[in-house]
Amino acid sequence: MSSLILIDSGTKAAAELATIAGGEATGVVIDSGSDLSKLKLKSAIKLNGIEKWNIAAIAEALAQIAKSEALDSVFITSSLRGKEIAGRLAVLLEAGIITDASSIDAAGVTSQSIFGGSTVVNAKLNTKFKVITVRANSLDAEYGSGPSEIKDLTPELSAQTKLVTLTNTQPVVKGTRPELVEAQVIVSGGRGTDGDFKPVEELADVLGAAIGASRAAVDAGWVEHSLQVGQTGKTVSPQLYVALGISGAIQHLAGMQTAKVIVAVNKDPEAPIFNLADFGIVGDLKQVVPQAISAIKAKKQG
Amino acid sequence: MKIAVCVKHVPDSWAEKKMAGSVLDRANVDAVLNDLDEYAIEEALKIVEANGEGHTVTLISMGPERATEALRKGLSMGADDAILISDPALAGADALATSLVLSKAIAGSGFDLIICGAESTDARMSVVPSMLAQRLQIAQLTCASKVSISGDKVCIERTIESGIESQEAIFPVLLGVVEKINEPRYPSFKGIMAAKKKTIETKSLADLGIGSEQVKAWSEVSNVTVLPPRSKGLKIEDSGDAGNKLADFLAEKKLI
Repeated sequence: MSSLILIDSGTKAAAELATIAGGEATGVVIDSGSDLSKLKLKSAIKLNGIEKWNIAAIAEALAQIAKSEALDSVFITSSLRGKEIAGRLAVLLEAGIITDASSIDAAGVTSQSIFGGSTVVNAKLNTKFKVITVRANSLDAEYGSGPSEIKDLTPELSAQTKLVTLTNTQPVVKGTRPELVEAQVIVSGGRGTDGDFKPVEELADVLGAAIGASRAAVDAGWVEHSLQVGQTGKTVSPQLYVALGISGAIQHLAGMQTAKVIVAVNKDPEAPIFNLADFGIVGDLKQVVPQAISAIKAKKQG
Repeated sequence: MKIAVCVKHVPDSWAEKKMAGSVLDRANVDAVLNDLDEYAIEEALKIVEANGEGHTVTLISMGPERATEALRKGLSMGADDAILISDPALAGADALATSLVLSKAIAGSGFDLIICGAESTDARMSVVPSMLAQRLQIAQLTCASKVSISGDKVCIERTIESGIESQEAIFPVLLGVVEKINEPRYPSFKGIMAAKKKTIETKSLADLGIGSEQVKAWSEVSNVTVLPPRSKGLKIEDSGDAGNKLADFLAEKKLI
């Protein structure tokens, strides 16, 4: 398998792609923020003259490199932009496409979990070129000592890549908390918080967790849409998911069901979230959470 | 202004979804208009309403004959007419085939704006809009949470992982909208009655000049495993010490 990986979302995401590609891939770099020297790569190509927002240009460049370097499998991180690039690239390469893969074996069979994690599909693409987007955090990344060769490339781009103009960008203000989709631990709040996310934030901080929310909490305007977990928000797969005041509508479960350990606190003993919680507490989160925070702090000190 | 909205008929997202062999079982579940496409229809209607007379909204869908139900819902919201591409050869079609079919149905009809929802709630790949833009060789403005149109210029604001980007392009534009953009209207009684008289034109692959070999799926599903339902864990009632017990549980699982 000769593979190409797109390095555009930081070192950890790149290391995951390099790992899934078997450590022998060519990395195409459009992100100065990734540390190439830590990656297990055969070689790297730095793209010049393309800005990171320009998905049409990145897709064209990847298609050119895949063809000229005979790299049949292209791996891209499953971000919103990653999937946009992947869709365009699949058309350019007439490639079969699989999104949100979590693994690939030596025979090229991928696995993806669907229907909110209740079903796993194994599939293989039978086209010459293959485009596969990989869900962040779905495998343990291996690190290496960097590519043995780094080239620069300024691709020739068609008029197609100049149809859109970027007029402004506002980068995300990076908080001290981890990114939702990459987080190992997530504490989420729902309707049961009554709009007070303080217990959610405090528990998240003591656990080093990212903050998530149900659609009800987002629709009520209590938190940003970017924190929404579920069918129309983010799909997450952390080691620990703590649902506070979230009843567990199917749409929410679809976004977090693959978490390793699920903890739920809810006043309603009939809340569907309890059907999949490893540890469920029927009670008032305003009582339970502060006590849990003190107990966790005590254990950490002891 | 001529606007096309691509919509999909999907199994109800509240219903339990199952596989029938290697494809989604679509026959035995209630099917509805994809939730996220309602935002695309709403945005099209809002654009038309803001720009006065003489603009049209056409719904375009690929699916089985039953998909007319989803199209009727969009028509009752206020779209003018609809095109359904239906063909036995399209059963189990993948995103590449879908984008090919939609692009052939759209190309050459003079659409200024083609609007898509964020994803379908069944396959959830969200790649068809990008594929469509690439195939039609038009500007792609997707993940839009705000849209404004002046003359033939479309400006959007999109929120992605790295932040908020403002982008603009000139017609024709493939516009993808996320659910934050608006609140879709409910069809009125008048709208539902009017929709019954609106035209849904059905086309086959041959009508679009596509051969059945061009739409065969390129992925081969080797195995489908339905995981056993998550086993129910421990559930306790708080009697004043549940917080401590939670900390014990996390410590026992080595999570703190």
